Amino acid sequence: MPVQAITPDYVGDIKDRFENFHGNQVVYVGWDHHLMFCAAFAYPLPPETPFRSLLETVMPEGFSLHPEWEQIDWNTATWLLNGEPFVPQPDVALKDQGIGHKSLLRFQTPELKGYQNAGV
Amino acid sequence: MAAKKLNIKDKYRLLTRDLDWEFSYQDHKKAFPFEEFEGIKITDWSKWEDPFRLTMDAYWKYQAEKERKLYAIFDAFAQNNGQLNISDPRYVNALKVFLTGVSPLEYQAFQGFAHTGRQFGGVGARVACQMQSIDELRHVQTQVHAMSHYNKFFDGLQDWSHMHDRVWYLSVPKSFFNDARAAGPFEFMVAIGFSFEYVLTNLLFVPFMSGAAYNGDMATVTFGFSAQSDEARHMTLGLEVIKFLLEQHEDNVPIVQKWIDKWFWRGTRLLTIVSMMMDYMLPNKVMSWKEAWEVYFEEAGGALFKDLARYGIRMPKHADLIAKEKEHVSHQAWWIFYTHGHAAGFHTWIPTDEELDWLSEKYPDTFDKYYRPRWELAKEMEAKGERFYTKALPQLCTTCQIPMGFTEMDNPTQISYRESIYKDERYHFCSDGCKEIFDEEPEKYVQSWLPVHQIFQGNCGGPDVEDVLRDYYRMNVGADNLDIKGSPDEERWKKWKGVA
Repeated sequence: MPVQAITPDYVGDIKDRFENFHGNQVVYVGWDHHLMFCAAFAYPLPPETPFRSLLETVMPEGFSLHPEWEQIDWNTATWLLNGEPFVPQPDVALKDQGIGHKSLLRFQTPELKGYQNAGV
Repeated sequence: MAAKKLNIKDKYRLLTRDLDWEFSYQDHKKAFPFEEFEGIKITDWSKWEDPFRLTMDAYWKYQAEKERKLYAIFDAFAQNNGQLNISDPRYVNALKVFLTGVSPLEYQAFQGFAHTGRQFGGVGARVACQMQSIDELRHVQTQVHAMSHYNKFFDGLQDWSHMHDRVWYLSVPKSFFNDARAAGPFEFMVAIGFSFEYVLTNLLFVPFMSGAAYNGDMATVTFGFSAQSDEARHMTLGLEVIKFLLEQHEDNVPIVQKWIDKWFWRGTRLLTIVSMMMDYMLPNKVMSWKEAWEVYFEEAGGALFKDLARYGIRMPKHADLIAKEKEHVSHQAWWIFYTHGHAAGFHTWIPTDEELDWLSEKYPDTFDKYYRPRWELAKEMEAKGERFYTKALPQLCTTCQIPMGFTEMDNPTQISYRESIYKDERYHFCSDGCKEIFDEEPEKYVQSWLPVHQIFQGNCGGPDVEDVLRDYYRMNVGADNLDIKGSPDEERWKKWKGVA
């Protein structure tokens, strides 16, 4: 039963459906083992955004505060999209490479161990 | 003829059980429409044992006496400028969290018990809920009065109920209670009466009131004493509810177990905020969160669940995981607030060197390895004049609504990510516990009012974070938020104390 309600066949209003974001979709981006940032960041972006602008225009404001940000080699960094291995295509729109509304992107930089090698 | 004075037993009968009547021309089910839809089976309400033998007239008399004493102390506290006797102005920030995050829950409890009491077919349960409802209303009032004196001298206390309804991190306690109140009456009682009041409330009140005492806050300590006898009644009621439900019908057992699992998990997530108050916000420490968890849950709760085993009730699900998380959650929570200190309605800070050492001592297995480096980084940035404030909004858990900063206990630098797909929509969770709660009733939690998404949808003003804080949250930006260093709170304190 999808809910224990006194009203028969109760259906909830989906607060976060795509239509409510005025043309944007939400994309979460997290840097694994870099807990200077307490959680993945949430970004409202048009689905047509090319991956390159997410990486080069959107992400630096938040992520570049990390002392290791400049050292990331994006050629060797690996990605997970919603938990599955993923190879981003820089010039393809988010929606055209499966990065949908409320998708979670995580990237890994195993050679960078975080501040004081502590995963921070 | 002089009126005959009733003996206590008669009075008790007349003022409790005798208030009930049989329905002769109305349908009992129509009078109590909420009683069956949760699947709970009550065969005989008369088996309810009143958890405390108190009649309404005695209740008023006791409470009035307590009020008189309490307000006499509040007056003395104000007249003697009691705010100057606290340990450190950082302490008041724990009060700000309490007033905006916890006191409004007392009000929600008042509303919840009033509604729930109305819905029970048994008069004993109705009377008990009515008294608890009035208690909760008294608690919110006395807390507001205890803290109103601080509002004259410190920032961040001025608009607590408005903030409770709107501020991002306060959606955590608010949605917790909304969830319980939107449930049926029996789930509400297991959620609030049992799981929260009986199993977890000591973790909120004992450390908080001891914390007040350790930090020279006599107003809050006195409130705590005044609430203590009420809390004892509430705990008795919580336990009676559980025993009554389990004894009424064996079919109730799995339903009650499911609710215990859910509300124990929701409760521990909510108490994360208390963990950070104890470990980081009290300048004079009472005990660590880990120690409090061991004393008040593992020992006391362990004994309780041993007792309930004869009904077929087991320990709440994920209790083993929480036993590991007790080493981590306070550090993770304070880091969330420190890094979002620009958007918090209270001040944050880097622990002092002595405090960092205290944390190392209390958390020998985790603090130096995982958490001290975060503070070293924060210190380094602060020394460069670049106090770290995060520059993007965090991902939130759909169920508990806390930023997704909890980590895997077998890999503590890896954030714990869980997700569910429901009706083609993706939902994210901080833990198996929160995911399971969603999966059980997705139609309820698809309605989560997640503050970050609400900001993105344009429902909280804006466009910038500062606009949201100032116009939608009604914070005094630059006074209520940011680091304690350089805050008006700190400056005033130094002036009062004659420190440069």
